[in-house]
Amino acid sequence: MTKDKFYNLILKFYLFFIFVFIFTPIAFSIIFSFNSQRFPTIPLGNFSIEWYIKIFNDAEIWQAAINSVVVSSITCLIATFLGFCTAYSDYRYRFKFKGIYLALVLLPPTIPLIILALAMLAWLSKIGMSGQLWSIICAHSVLTAPFAMAIIRLRLNQMDPDLEAASWNLGGSEWDTMRNVILPYCRPAIISSLCLTAAVSFDEFAISWFVSGLNKTVPVIILEIVQGNIDPQVNAIGTFVFFTSITLVITAQIFFLTWQMKGKK
Amino acid sequence: MTYPLVSFKNVTKNFGKMNAVTNLNFEIDKGEFLAIMGPSGCGKTTTLRMLAGLENPSSGEIRFNNRLMNNVKPHERDTPLVWQSLALFPFLNVQENVEFGLKMRGVSSKTRQKKSLEWLEKLEVRELAKRDISTLSGGQKQRVALARSLVMEPEILLLDEPLSALDAHLVIRMQAVLTQLQKELGITFVYVTHSQSEAFAMANRVIIMNVGEISQIGKPKDIYRSPANQFVAEFVGRNNILSGKVYDIKSKIAFIKTNSGNYNFEIIDKNIELGHTLNYIISADLMNFSLVKPKNSNIVNCKLISEEYIGSMVTLFLESVDGTEFKIQMQEREYSKLNIQNGEKYWLSWSKKNVHTLKKD
Repeated sequence: MTKDKFYNLILKFYLFFIFVFIFTPIAFSIIFSFNSQRFPTIPLGNFSIEWYIKIFNDAEIWQAAINSVVVSSITCLIATFLGFCTAYSDYRYRFKFKGIYLALVLLPPTIPLIILALAMLAWLSKIGMSGQLWSIICAHSVLTAPFAMAIIRLRLNQMDPDLEAASWNLGGSEWDTMRNVILPYCRPAIISSLCLTAAVSFDEFAISWFVSGLNKTVPVIILEIVQGNIDPQVNAIGTFVFFTSITLVITAQIFFLTWQMKGKK
Repeated sequence: MTYPLVSFKNVTKNFGKMNAVTNLNFEIDKGEFLAIMGPSGCGKTTTLRMLAGLENPSSGEIRFNNRLMNNVKPHERDTPLVWQSLALFPFLNVQENVEFGLKMRGVSSKTRQKKSLEWLEKLEVRELAKRDISTLSGGQKQRVALARSLVMEPEILLLDEPLSALDAHLVIRMQAVLTQLQKELGITFVYVTHSQSEAFAMANRVIIMNVGEISQIGKPKDIYRSPANQFVAEFVGRNNILSGKVYDIKSKIAFIKTNSGNYNFEIIDKNIELGHTLNYIISADLMNFSLVKPKNSNIVNCKLISEEYIGSMVTLFLESVDGTEFKIQMQEREYSKLNIQNGEKYWLSWSKKNVHTLKKD
C-alpha cells in the first residue's frame, strides 16, 4: 500500500512538472503581453495594455484574424462533414478493401506537415488554386478530416445497431433515419469534432505558410513579426490565439466526456 | 377467396455459406398469437427479421394477404417489432419515442401527442411521458417499447424475446399484459422466444424450430402431449424417453422391450408392427410414485438421486438398476407428505394410455 502511494506521489509530481514545462512559456507570454517594457526581462515594468491597443489598430493583423476565423470555421464544417461520411460508411457497410480505405482516410496526420505542405503547394499551383483562402481551407480540410472521422466513429461504435433498424421498422426511410436517429445520436461527437478541427486549423502554421500566398493567417503573421524584430505585440496576439484554441479544445472535451460518461451508465 | 395474413412458402435464407433457415412453410392467421420457439441459433430470429423485411429470403416467397413481400423495404411495411434490446431512442424522451413512428408516417403533431398519450395510458405508464429513457426501470422500458410499436395500430406485431431481460416476477406480469392486449386488440402477435413457459403460457399456436427447420407446428397442448419427433420430445417439457423394440401385439396393446424392462402401451391411430424400433415417451407429470410395489404392468424400481423445486412443483430425478434416468413431477404438497430420502429405492408406474410413441428410423 505505502509503496503504491509512493509511486503515486512520484507520478503526480511527474505530471505536475509536465504541465509546468508546457504552460510556463505560455504563462510568461501572457504576462509579458501586459508588460510596458519592450524587452521581456525581469523585473517587469508597469502594467499596460499598450500592445493590445497596437494590434487592435493594425489593419494587417485584423485581416489575418479575419482570415483565420474564415478558414477555421469553413474548414471545421467541411472536415466534420467528410469525417462523418467516412465514419458512417465504415459503421454501416462491409466491403472489400475496407482496411485499405480506412488506412488511406487516416493517413494525412501521419505525413510530416512540411511534406504535406509542399505537396499541397505543388498540386494547388499546378491546378491554379494556390495563394487563395480556399487553398488553405482545402489543405486544412484534408489535414483535419481524419480527426473528425475518429471522434464520430467512436460515437457510432457505441450505438446499438438495432436503433437504426428500429427506425426503419417504424416507417422511417434511410434519409429520415439519418436525420432523426443517426445525426441526433452523433450530435455530441459532431459538436466535439467541429470544435477540435476548428482549433487545429486555427493554430496550423506550416501548411498555411506554404499555400496562403498573400492571405496570411494569424500563425503566419506571428512568424513574420518574430522574424522582423523582438516585438511584444506577438505576446498579445499569442494570448488571443491561446485563449481561442483552449476554449475550442475544452468545449470539445466537455462534449466528448459527457457522452463517454453517459455511454458507460 | 380469403388469404392468410402471412404465408411462407419454401423460404430459405443463407448468410454466405451459412444456412440460417431452410424451406420454411407455414401460415399465420389473423388474430392469432403465434410463438416461434427453439434453442439459440435455430433460425427463429431470422424468421422474424424476414417478416419485418430486415432480411430478404434467399429463395421462396413471403406473402402478406397474398401480396408478395420479398423485396419490400422495412419502412414500407407495417410490421412493428419489439426488440430484444428494446432499441428505444436514448436522445428522445418517453413520449417522443412513442411518437416516432407516427412522425415518420407524417401524422400531425397534435394527433401524435393525443395518440401517444393514449397508448402510454393503456400501458399504465402515462405519468412517465416526459421522462428520459435512461431513468426508467426494465419493466417501464418494456411498456414504452410496446407502446411505441402498438401506437402504429398494425395488423401484426412482432416480438423478439422481449421479456428475456426482465426479472422472473415481471415476466409473469408482462405475460398477462401481453395476453390481455392481444385479446383486446385482436392483433396478430408473432412472438419469438427460447422459453417454453412463455410460449406455452401465451400462444394459441407454437412453431418449434431446430437448426433452421420447422420441427413441429401445433397447439401448445398437442406439442406437449404428442411431440412429433425426438428433438421436440427432448426440448419440450420433462419427458422420460426410452427406446425399444416391439415384441408382441395383442388386441391394440403393444409390448416393447427396453433396457430397463418390458412395458406396454395402447396403440392409438398408429401403424405399429412387430419388430418396430420406437421411442417410448412418458411425460414426467403422468408418472405415479409409490413406496410399495404397485399392481401395474408398467413399473420400474428406482433409486432417488435428486430433486428440483420450481414453484409449487417438484421434479424428482431417479435411476433404475440399469442406469436409465427417470423423471417424475408432482405437487410439492404431496411430496412433503411422503417423507422420502435420497438413495432409497421407490417404485414408478404409468398407465398404458399415457404413453406417446415415435417411430425411429
